[in-house]
Amino acid sequence: MNSKNSSGLSSYIFRWLASLDLVLLVALALLIALGTIILFSASGENIKMMNKHTIHLVLATVVMLIATQLSSDLLKRWSFWIYIIGVAVLVLVLIQGSMGKGAQRWLEIGSLRFQPSEVMKLAVPMMVASYLSKKSLPPSFKDIFIACMLVVVPMMLIVKQPDLGTSLLVGCAGFFVIYFAGLPWKWLGASVAAIAIAAPLVFYFGMHDYQRQRVLTLFDPAADRLGSGYHIIQSTIAIGSGGIYGKGWLNGDQSRLDFLPERHTDFIFAVFGEEFGLLGNGILFFLYLFIIWRGLYLAMKGHDSFARLLGGSLSLTFFIYLLVNTGMVSGILPVVGVPLPLISYGGTSLVTLMAAFGLLMGLRRRKRGYDQNT
Amino acid sequence: MEKRVTVKSEREEYRLFRSRAYVAALLVLIALSLVFARLVFLQMNQYEHFTALSKENYQKRIPVPPVRGLIYDRNGVVLADNHIEYVLEAAEDDVKDMPASLNKLMQLLPITIQEVNKYKQKLRVNSRFLPVVLRKNLTEKEIAIFSANRSRFPGFKVSVRVQRNYPLGSLASHLIGYVGRIDKRDLKNMDEAQKANYQGTTHIGKSGIEKQYESRLHGRAGYELTEVDAHGKPQLKLDEKAATTGEDLFLSIDIELQIKAEELLKEHNGAAVAIDPRNGEVLAMASMPAYDPNLFVNGISYANYNALRDNIDRPLFNRALQGAYPPGSTIKPMAAIAGLNSGVVTPSSSVYGKGFYQIPGNKRKFRCWKKAGHGHISLNRSLYQSCDVYFYDLAFRMGIKRYSKAMSRFGFGLRTGIDLPHESKALMPTAEWKRKRFDKFWYPGDTVNSGIGQGFFTATPLQLAHATAIVANHGRQFRPHILRATRVSRNLPKKLVTPEKLPSVGVTKLRYWDDVERGMINVVHGAHGTARSSAAGAKYRYAGKTGTAQVFGIAQNKTYDASKLKKKLHDHSLFVAFAPLENPRIALAIIAENAGGGSKVAAPLARKLLDTYLLTPQQKEELMANDDSTESDSSPSLMNINKLRKEAELKRQLKTQALINGSSNKTKNQTIIRPVQ
Repeated sequence: MNSKNSSGLSSYIFRWLASLDLVLLVALALLIALGTIILFSASGENIKMMNKHTIHLVLATVVMLIATQLSSDLLKRWSFWIYIIGVAVLVLVLIQGSMGKGAQRWLEIGSLRFQPSEVMKLAVPMMVASYLSKKSLPPSFKDIFIACMLVVVPMMLIVKQPDLGTSLLVGCAGFFVIYFAGLPWKWLGASVAAIAIAAPLVFYFGMHDYQRQRVLTLFDPAADRLGSGYHIIQSTIAIGSGGIYGKGWLNGDQSRLDFLPERHTDFIFAVFGEEFGLLGNGILFFLYLFIIWRGLYLAMKGHDSFARLLGGSLSLTFFIYLLVNTGMVSGILPVVGVPLPLISYGGTSLVTLMAAFGLLMGLRRRKRGYDQNT
Repeated sequence: MEKRVTVKSEREEYRLFRSRAYVAALLVLIALSLVFARLVFLQMNQYEHFTALSKENYQKRIPVPPVRGLIYDRNGVVLADNHIEYVLEAAEDDVKDMPASLNKLMQLLPITIQEVNKYKQKLRVNSRFLPVVLRKNLTEKEIAIFSANRSRFPGFKVSVRVQRNYPLGSLASHLIGYVGRIDKRDLKNMDEAQKANYQGTTHIGKSGIEKQYESRLHGRAGYELTEVDAHGKPQLKLDEKAATTGEDLFLSIDIELQIKAEELLKEHNGAAVAIDPRNGEVLAMASMPAYDPNLFVNGISYANYNALRDNIDRPLFNRALQGAYPPGSTIKPMAAIAGLNSGVVTPSSSVYGKGFYQIPGNKRKFRCWKKAGHGHISLNRSLYQSCDVYFYDLAFRMGIKRYSKAMSRFGFGLRTGIDLPHESKALMPTAEWKRKRFDKFWYPGDTVNSGIGQGFFTATPLQLAHATAIVANHGRQFRPHILRATRVSRNLPKKLVTPEKLPSVGVTKLRYWDDVERGMINVVHGAHGTARSSAAGAKYRYAGKTGTAQVFGIAQNKTYDASKLKKKLHDHSLFVAFAPLENPRIALAIIAENAGGGSKVAAPLARKLLDTYLLTPQQKEELMANDDSTESDSSPSLMNINKLRKEAELKRQLKTQALINGSSNKTKNQTIIRPVQ
């Protein structure tokens, strides 16, 4: 903007700082701080785990900062190749998995373990956004159909792993792009109706036994008290016994005494609710809501359709994470392996989410170094 | 590219996106509000419910069973205590390779194949997580060997068990009773509060004092509130309440007298009961043969139980409390009081005894033990000579109704109400009873037989001793009891049990007691008393009455010939006595089954019991010395027998001493007070 006469480095740093959204950054930092505090408790005060978490955080921050520097034009150009490579790797993983046993979600390159489906959470909305942004919006029926295919193919590949949670998130990410692109409301209504009709069919024919069990469990957790119902029973006990003020940090009996399964990953929200109570939950929800809204706001500020569609989709996908996880832990949605965003322990999801926020912040500019008002 | 530039409208697309974003923002708010509403429901409305569930999860209340109270005799000799036992045990789930471990253990420790088989059998029945005992009663050496090799046997461990122990073995076993594992029947008899109190308890009193005073001996269970994790592993103690040890019981039993009584009855089966007439305290209650109560504590084996149950001498049967014997002539003193009181006889009136009795107008002869007959006989002589004809006549003239009622004043046909379970009331027959029982008329002959304690008339040794105590007390009576004192804690003084006074036997003239007592004195001290030989050299004066109870009915015109009858059909030998005369401190009844005449067997045994209780230690030593001198005069064979007896006696005394001392070593902090009398 006004950096014409500044020296090279300082002007570079200034521009770089200006490209960040400080409001979102502060909100994210607060959320991550809160998450780190509760992870310490949920890990059973495990220093080793906290050290690893710190590494994840550093890595995620670096990835986010890099992502902020990627201009939307660049992303638009890359999206096709990222998508193609992603789908190829998914096929590779499936082949590898069919030779091994059971679920195969990981790709191992040397000592690095890495979940390719995670990348698809970014690759699919990018691909769909880049495809639709080339068309005139609202899109035609043919464009919507092709966009849907772009979403469904990787979804199916991920479901096959099987990883319903990630598949759902990838699907949502793609679908949200179509929604923002201007999917007609009546089609939206029709597809909601179609899902409502298809759901029982999917339930009976399209699900693995364990997935079906999880859905059944939601309606009657007590039926399988020690099996799949155990998670929900224990997490609702944890949240409910937290009350308004919570049992206090490190004082959650349910988590401390190991009654809560997967307490540092998918069920960490129960630990939070138990130790910080309804007040803590209120603060947490406010932070999340703020971040989602800020994300939507940043998406609106995107300089072209591609930027807006991608930004809107990333914001809503973040919201879906939150909804599915908290809904599951509080016992109103079936158990699906979705982490609490930015709080659950796990490097891959943290890096992906932070990368998404980095992209979101960088959407305002067209090209690296370009002034926005040119 | 061209197409995009010409057709696309930047402004329109921005507007479209903006409206979609607003809708999205609103939907996000609604969705999150719904989840938050759920949280409000869980954390505010259901807070109490989930707090309770959470506590149920991690707080475990572990009952702490109380230590059972101890049982002592009146002088503080331990009769029942708690023995600490070390056992080797393992749960099936904790051992990786059970057959290999068992093989290795058998090589290491002297574990028998039977123990291993029993262990395997129990494993099959029990839960995989519950430890099962492989070997009981580990010695210190075995513990040391196992501990040194512990690493080779993961899952196996040495545990401590507290077990009820009866240090004196079979001594007074019927009286003390035993504890056994709580079974379904025991649980059925408990209310909820009791069940809660017994949650950690494994054993319960099954018979005798152990059963009678279960509630006092057991104590109150405590608890430990422990925080456990999801795997049931205790983390830290949140709260605890110590268990209250059961009360210690001091019985009125004098163990020295009990030992003597059991020893004297070893040759014959039988029973002996001694009561302090001044307060109803039971000083000894022996029933022989006896059994070892320790066998029952952890479940008696089938072999052992069958052996006890099928034993022809019935060791499990408490003869003193449940044995209904024909009392024979031992009831004559009470019958005499009944006759005097009713006026059918007077101290000076006499009856002519011609060797048998006939009911007027009836030919049947009721024989007197003395075939020649006693001639003219008074009350006094009828007692010391035990004339049957006198009492046939007495009973006949009183009639069964009056006689039965008068005798029941002495407790015949009634439970004494002693503090022991399963007391028999034996039988004081009446006409109504016979009609109900057999649907038959009461014949005058039945009355006549009752007059000498035969026929339908039966009594338990306890009833006999109690009735004798009433005579010794001239009608005053106390309920017989075994519990003398209780103690809540070692630091607190004993609390004595107040004797329960029963209504006195109503006798119109007090001199009647003296008349009967004189007859009983003459039984032992008189020149012609039936038991005069057994009273020779007594250091005190006492009163008694012999009894010879017919087990086998002898047909008219036949005579009783012991040598031709099987032992089981021989007469029972009985004796009742009280001493010393001036102020009776002991009243007793003794019965030796199938031993023959009362004067020959029971009377000398009774004398020995009285000596045991009444003589000072110095007097006892003198007596021993005298025995030696008399032995030298006796024939060689008799001398040998006496010598053998003496040795056996000494051995036994040493053994008892060792047993008592041994038990005092085992039980910490307990001083055993030896009887000092």
